[in-house]
Amino acid sequence: MKNLTYIDAVKEAIAEEMERDPRVYLIGEDVDIDGGVWNESMGLLERFGADRVVGTPISESAFTGLAAGSALAAGLRPVVEFMYGDFIHVAMDQVADQIAKARLMFGNQPQMPVVLRLCACGVGTREAAQHSQQLEAWFAHLPGFRVVMPSTPEDGKGLMKSAIRSDDPIVFLECRQVYYEEGPVPEGEYTIEIGKSKLLREGKDVTLLTYGYACVKAMQAAENLAGKLDVEVIDLRTLKPLDMEAILSSVAKTGHVVVAQEAPGVCSIGSEVISRITGEGFDYLDAPPVLACSKDVPIPFNEKLEDYTVLSVEDIENALIKASI
Amino acid sequence: MQKQAAEFWKWMRIIRYFESSAKELYRAGGIKGALHLSIGQEAVPVGVCAALRDDDKVLSTHRSHGHYIGKTHDVDGAYAELLGKATGCSRGFGGSMHMFNQAKGFLGSNGIVGAGIPLALGAAFAHKYLKTDGVGATFFGDGAANQGTLHETLNLAALKKLPFLAVCENNTVAATTLTGNSTANQDRTLLAAAYGIPAITADGNDVTAVYKAACTAVEHIRSGQGPFLLDLRTYRVEPHCGIIRDTRDKSIRDYYVNEHDPLKMLEGKYPKVFTAAKLAALDKECCQIVDNAQKKALAAPMPDLEQFKLDFGV
Repeated sequence: MKNLTYIDAVKEAIAEEMERDPRVYLIGEDVDIDGGVWNESMGLLERFGADRVVGTPISESAFTGLAAGSALAAGLRPVVEFMYGDFIHVAMDQVADQIAKARLMFGNQPQMPVVLRLCACGVGTREAAQHSQQLEAWFAHLPGFRVVMPSTPEDGKGLMKSAIRSDDPIVFLECRQVYYEEGPVPEGEYTIEIGKSKLLREGKDVTLLTYGYACVKAMQAAENLAGKLDVEVIDLRTLKPLDMEAILSSVAKTGHVVVAQEAPGVCSIGSEVISRITGEGFDYLDAPPVLACSKDVPIPFNEKLEDYTVLSVEDIENALIKASI
Repeated sequence: MQKQAAEFWKWMRIIRYFESSAKELYRAGGIKGALHLSIGQEAVPVGVCAALRDDDKVLSTHRSHGHYIGKTHDVDGAYAELLGKATGCSRGFGGSMHMFNQAKGFLGSNGIVGAGIPLALGAAFAHKYLKTDGVGATFFGDGAANQGTLHETLNLAALKKLPFLAVCENNTVAATTLTGNSTANQDRTLLAAAYGIPAITADGNDVTAVYKAACTAVEHIRSGQGPFLLDLRTYRVEPHCGIIRDTRDKSIRDYYVNEHDPLKMLEGKYPKVFTAAKLAALDKECCQIVDNAQKKALAAPMPDLEQFKLDFGV
């Protein structure tokens, strides 16, 4: 193992895949300027040149469509970077009506090997409403996408490599809160399969399903309740398709479920997970599942208001206690 | 040009027959969904596509039958697609607004106005990326010229000097709104000029003028000088789509149908080529091609449901 920050681990995945496959290129705003605004492309321009590390004007529709068109035309495999995940809204027609639908609409003939890389997703960083969102449910709701949100450097690298190798489009959401935190990353070549969750903590009383930066809060909540409740924590990692096998086998063991997410709750990943569990694992349940999430309001700037709005460790603890009764 | 005239006439006539045949079948309930006809606009796809090669890529609009046939000459695949059959160019998954033919460089018609424009830029980007001398081209209407995608794409194309051809099929109307009521500046060449892109306006009903303009554009693009825009003035004879009423000025329509029709204009230009005998023979050939395509499409099987379930995991 070696230690890498989250942002460097994802970058290493992109660099390795660009090395492996000349069809892979990176495109987005400022990716060719001084390593990008997050240092997410540091050194890539020097290594691969401007033909493959493509800086663009602030024209999300055009460069997202360009990426999709290059995949349709010649099987190129672009990683399309949105400086903030929020900015993908500007390109939503290309995302929702073109990229997501191309394979079906054109008779299962073309592939669409495009990675939509949503940088700096997440809440709680005092960046106010338009730079503090988790949009995963939007994409999960669109037939055609697979959606991943890794929470560690190791998963970031392994899932990005799998995303780039996918012949179908992938929405890859990154956690800004852990961008510069180091974590262990395996030496050498590895990938992580899309669609597989990861057990973070074993327990027998309650299953706590979570993803993204909420994993950190979930682990804290589980530790805080240790002695009272033995909490099993699972990082979903892939939000579509859900790893129902692992989810149901944990629920079968514990009989109690909490989903913790930083997104608001209505029509969300958490509500989908709970719907699937009640449909497919109703007999395992000893109590109603509980969703711990951020409040249903755009994120306010002021820290007192933001902290109230965003999912907290205490929210998760309360949910765990409620779910375990 | 005289040599090509018969070929131009033939493909315009096939598109015309295709559209009128589809219209008839649609009215009889044999075609479902939306149907956007391009009667009167045939010179645009035929003239432009004659200047392109198979490895050049074309992206199109919701009014795409002519573009598809112009680029691919695949009448059978187009007709079967209108009927949602397994032999359709998109295997029945797309219908009238989502035709596709990778081998012939037709990368999709599109149900969203202006959406194909950046996709075509991607085709242009791929040509440059792979160091080939192909072109990424898009047809778009005068309505789409008011979408942000066109402006973003023109800027990016010029900035990166990409081999991109923008073809405005300027048919005077966006759905049911006349261009004068939707567009502050109706001169598309000025849009191109704003981004330093050369552009030509041509009579979009004169197929030889369209072809000449397209050749000039393609030559410019292939020589590595970057994008080009064509503003082709034409007229949509039919309403926006099957069920929508048409409130436009009838006298203008009459002018385009009777005096400024692409087929009649070409015949008038080359009377020695288009003798009565020659026209009758050509007409019969075109009619047969479309009738046969319809016959085959009607007899073709539906897409396989079990295969659909397997392919898409549903």
